[in-house]
Amino acid sequence: MCLAVPAKVVGLAGEAATVDLQGNTLQVSTVLTPEVAVGDWVLVHAGFAITRLDESSALETWDYLRQALGTDQATAGGEQGEESAA
Amino acid sequence: MNHAAAIAGHDRVVIAHGGGGELMGRLIRELFLPRLHNDVLAKLTDGAVLDWPSGALVFTTDSYVVTPLEFPGGDIGRLAVAGTVNDLAVMGADPLVLSLALIIQEGLPLALLDRLLASVAETAAQAGVRVVTGDTKVIERRATGGEDSQREGLFINTAGLGRLRPGLRLGIERIAPGDAVLINGPVAEHGLAVMSVRAGLEFSAGLKSDVAPLNGLIRTLLESGADVKFLRDATRGGLAGVLADICDGRRLSVEIDEARVPLTGAARHAAEMLGLDPLTVANEGKCVIVVAAADAERALSACRQHPLGRQAAVIGRITATEPPLVELLTRAGGRRIVQRPYGEELPRIC
Amino acid sequence: MIPKLDMLRTELHELCRGLGRRVQLMEVCGTHTVAVFRAGLRSLLPANLRLVSGPGCPVCVTAQRHVDAAIELATRPDVTLVTYGDMLRVPGRLGSLERLRAAGADVRVVNSAWSALQIALDNPRRQVVFLAVGFETTAPATAATVFEADQRGVENFSVLVCHKLVVPAMQALLDTGEVPLDGFLAPGHVSVIIGAGAYRPIVERYRRPVVVAGFEPGQILAGLVRLVRQVASGCPILENVYAGVVTETGNRVAQEWLQRVFIVADTPWRELGTIPHSGLELAPRYQHFDALRRLGVHVGPDEEHPLCRCGEVITGKVEPVECPAFAGACTPARPIGPCMVSSEGTCAAWYKYSRASTSLAADTAAGERE
Repeated sequence: MCLAVPAKVVGLAGEAATVDLQGNTLQVSTVLTPEVAVGDWVLVHAGFAITRLDESSALETWDYLRQALGTDQATAGGEQGEESAA
Repeated sequence: MNHAAAIAGHDRVVIAHGGGGELMGRLIRELFLPRLHNDVLAKLTDGAVLDWPSGALVFTTDSYVVTPLEFPGGDIGRLAVAGTVNDLAVMGADPLVLSLALIIQEGLPLALLDRLLASVAETAAQAGVRVVTGDTKVIERRATGGEDSQREGLFINTAGLGRLRPGLRLGIERIAPGDAVLINGPVAEHGLAVMSVRAGLEFSAGLKSDVAPLNGLIRTLLESGADVKFLRDATRGGLAGVLADICDGRRLSVEIDEARVPLTGAARHAAEMLGLDPLTVANEGKCVIVVAAADAERALSACRQHPLGRQAAVIGRITATEPPLVELLTRAGGRRIVQRPYGEELPRIC
Repeated sequence: MIPKLDMLRTELHELCRGLGRRVQLMEVCGTHTVAVFRAGLRSLLPANLRLVSGPGCPVCVTAQRHVDAAIELATRPDVTLVTYGDMLRVPGRLGSLERLRAAGADVRVVNSAWSALQIALDNPRRQVVFLAVGFETTAPATAATVFEADQRGVENFSVLVCHKLVVPAMQALLDTGEVPLDGFLAPGHVSVIIGAGAYRPIVERYRRPVVVAGFEPGQILAGLVRLVRQVASGCPILENVYAGVVTETGNRVAQEWLQRVFIVADTPWRELGTIPHSGLELAPRYQHFDALRRLGVHVGPDEEHPLCRCGEVITGKVEPVECPAFAGACTPARPIGPCMVSSEGTCAAWYKYSRASTSLAADTAAGERE
């Protein structure tokens, strides 16, 4: 019953963290996960980091989220992939 | 460019700016004309007299009410031009002129209005169209105390005229089983970018609206010689909306390969977090293209030659499967139906 | 098909074939229901494996009386009603928050409890009421926000608490004994908070396997495989395929927040009646943040639509297609009950993602032609 996505902590300020979601950053509360450090992976739900998670689990979900063909071509920087789409 | 930041001591729009009097005249001369300068508009007559090339005329109109007025990747000004240009372009017309009608809520900062007009001008130049006539009205601010009172009010209507390219036969009735379905690039970016600014959600960097005039891309496509049968821009309702239009309009099935639908990681991630299906999120620079199967490669190459089509992809095909449905072959290897969304797709937490 | 998924799918089919009987598993969580549909997994399942929806859709189970209370509050001119997007279109007796907003009420959608408090801070002359729905995943955020409001002495912020608890609901379901269930796919993100160990009583007392899983197709298939293996072995245990994310004990800090700000109470669930110890209320120290109490809202009984069978759908007794209103009187555009509105709701998922709605429409059309 809960949408939550993994994100990487890239900044901390008091009880708030800046987290990265594949190019977007977002401010979340760390009140539920006071032990987080920059570089940690967290699960984000409704504006809060609700747990830390290990990197391999985070990347598994991250990769799953990335696995659209276009993504290899359509990164935020606009790199060109060479796969044929036809 | 700050010359218009104050007109006669005002830094915000007031009712008198719409009054047809001195203040309005100054608004037009000092703000609008410098931004939108062209011979026709400069005449400031009640109507624009245009030399018209021969051929069929295509005429369209659209109104723009987006909030916030400025969002990552664009603003309401750019949207108002691109949206109407795109409606003409997907009809197979070369867009030529636009009208621009503004309804401004008093209190709108003039500096903001100036930025938005600059955006209109820039987008019009990019599309190769001129704004030849316009109108301005100013309305009172409502004091409800609700969320409305915080909103900076501006509504735009643009109407566009274009010349239909001769020899084209575009139309939903041309779509047939076997045809290929393409899209010119990654989906869901506009809707997600707009949502990112609304209260409660702070994204930064990453997601940007894809708002752009597509007439250049479409011209490149149409000149490639590929047998293009149908074009539609995937705005509200997203890609799913257009596919549903095709299915409903032709009583044919559409089969889409989820893995082939271009989608950036950032958009996918954001959509996942908000509980939105990327297929249903609005775009403002994406066009669904249906071509004869034999011409899919040619159409794809043509799109990819254009900056707005570098990530174009063949995403599926039309079939005669009964009953007519839009079906997605999912990345997990299964199948599910795609339907048009039931109105505003709301972000959710559950 | 992605190779790992292919292997899991093959294994699932082999296991189900080996069992030779119908297996009925409950996906407790609405997000699992939607994930299964959206990823097209339903089309890949063996014919004798039936996935049954559970009551894990907080929007669907929020009592109608609370929806009505929120609507009543939103009609007050000095109230700003703040809600997650999920609740906007849920029908109460007299409409929905969405309709009210269209009529001019100050209803705002947020994605975070913290944003609701921020609205109160930014609008000191408004009475800001936050409609707090959700299970244990979402409740800690509300707890932290109420605590913060208390610390800051915010006087124009209150909460309509509708949080519910998953394990008591599962127990209540099993106690009725009305739906034969071979096992449970447990919600991955609730489990992040409560810990996998929270389901042990289900395994021990009711002798049913429980597997905690995340929401991607690989996770769901892996969870189903483990469940069917257990059904085959006859030895129910608790398993966790989301182990990188869910621990045995869960998030202690979040649990402490819940204990600090809330107490467990008997709570009304939409269509299911009152389930003991199944929901949260504000602890005495924080009761001045309770919106119903502070603003004097009359909370009446639920008055369900006579055609609505959401209660049976969310307890797995009835599949959406078996509800006479499905895709006819009740559609996402004109919903009768919450299951059709909520994006997580079982009926909405069936309607959106399966052929059920289109074949019904075709049948209706065919019937009309005859």
